[in-house]
Amino acid sequence: MAHTGMALPGLMTRSEAELRQSFLKQVELIPAGELIKRCIQCGTCTGSCPVSYAMDLSPRQLIASFRAGDMETIMRSRTIWICASCYACTTRCPSGIKITDIIYALKRTAMEADKKSIAPQVQLLAKLFVSNLMSYGRLHEGTLIRKYYMKTRITKLFGFVPLALKLYKTKRLAIFPTRIKARDALSRIIRKAQEIELRAAPKPLPYSPEFVGYKGLGDMKLESRKGE
Amino acid sequence: MTVRYAYYPGCSLEKTQRGYDESVRETFKALGQELIEIDDWNCCGATVYMSVKETVSLAVSARNLALAEKMGLDVLAPCSSCFTVLSKTNRILNEIPDMKRDVNEALTEGGLQYAGNTRVRHPLDVLMNDIGIETIRPHIKRRLNGLKIAPYYGCQIVRPDKTFDDRENPVLMDTLFRACGGDIVYYPVKVRCCGGMLMTTFEETALKLNMELLRSARENGADVIVTTCPLCHFNLEAYQDRIQKVYGNGLAVPVIYFTQLLGIALGLPSDSIGLDSAFLPLGEKITSLAEASYA
Repeated sequence: MAHTGMALPGLMTRSEAELRQSFLKQVELIPAGELIKRCIQCGTCTGSCPVSYAMDLSPRQLIASFRAGDMETIMRSRTIWICASCYACTTRCPSGIKITDIIYALKRTAMEADKKSIAPQVQLLAKLFVSNLMSYGRLHEGTLIRKYYMKTRITKLFGFVPLALKLYKTKRLAIFPTRIKARDALSRIIRKAQEIELRAAPKPLPYSPEFVGYKGLGDMKLESRKGE
Repeated sequence: MTVRYAYYPGCSLEKTQRGYDESVRETFKALGQELIEIDDWNCCGATVYMSVKETVSLAVSARNLALAEKMGLDVLAPCSSCFTVLSKTNRILNEIPDMKRDVNEALTEGGLQYAGNTRVRHPLDVLMNDIGIETIRPHIKRRLNGLKIAPYYGCQIVRPDKTFDDRENPVLMDTLFRACGGDIVYYPVKVRCCGGMLMTTFEETALKLNMELLRSARENGADVIVTTCPLCHFNLEAYQDRIQKVYGNGLAVPVIYFTQLLGIALGLPSDSIGLDSAFLPLGEKITSLAEASYA
């Protein structure tokens, strides 16, 4: 695997610094997100993960890569997209790290940086989901699935015919989407929320090699341990 | 005692998972509880989480909390995903005051405000911790004698936060159905993930995860897998044929919602709890239980 993130220990490329900054911004929004500093590399997360067998970077390696200053590798990994967010790692982590939320933060970082992804279908599904929600106020599964396969594997759509028939026979097929009455109010809420986000968006910091390791995560708000 | 809840069915219960919707409504009615559907609720946001800004996803789900708060009631959300998303929104808004201020500024555009007083509840929690097994017991009309049940909790109602049951070994469904006379089989995968949306994005992986859930149920002699989540349910039900095509036959197990099985025990007619909506044969034991007359 090519490690493009770090040229030399302690030195970072501009894109690495930018990715880290954007990721750290997301981590701030996670309650107790700074606990990521406490990773002891025990691998409990990897052992608990039902899909780690299908990952290229295990969850433990993911945190190690972040610590080592290799966000680029993380962004290119299959790991962040295959996480099904079952929270098994989060509940078992002996250091209390919110690993699932960290992975969500990485997904957002990747989508914002518009990084070429190994699994573009995940982003596509998320985007179609949003547009579905924005136009109807509720999710219409039929529209979502149709649009998703039209853009990924159109031939697979035919495979859904028997399923649609079964749904129809059991009176479970929603042919038309349900639209909520307050669609206008909902879009005003969404527009305002977007505006607030922009208002709060930080100005990009000038390039600095400051963020290696856990720097940039701020002071650790950890309880003091005995004898310290 | 009648308690009223602001009922939030969520998008999948509207139609494709009507069996869950109907059985939640009917069982709660039979136990004397009142569900009032939140008028004009919107999608909770589910997986939207990663692709839009934080404030946007919080505002979208908070609209529902604000509507429930206006009704002065706690939310009842049967879908595990809705339950987790709404609970998470609630927690973030109550823990981060700046976020609550921002979200309220957005909600004002829709004529709403959220003070943070609504609680989000799952039907299993309410059934076992509020209504309680002793209140349910006298309502049991049909004993589930001899039915071997694999209780499948899935991820999102027991994780990430400590909610209302143990995270590694939840037992509320076990207790409920034992009290109904059922036999709970050893089911070590009771909280293992079904893959959720991976069935669309990484099908191979999701098929394997679901195969393991079916295999464990078969190995331990279960007559039925009982579910609490529409996504788990759909993966196990609609993809069962496909799983057997890939991994071989002998993995077939009927799948029903926990509220449907409770509905059978409460003596409710099978059409009223959506048993007619199942894709898979329910098997002889469940069918005869559901049709059994009682005094």
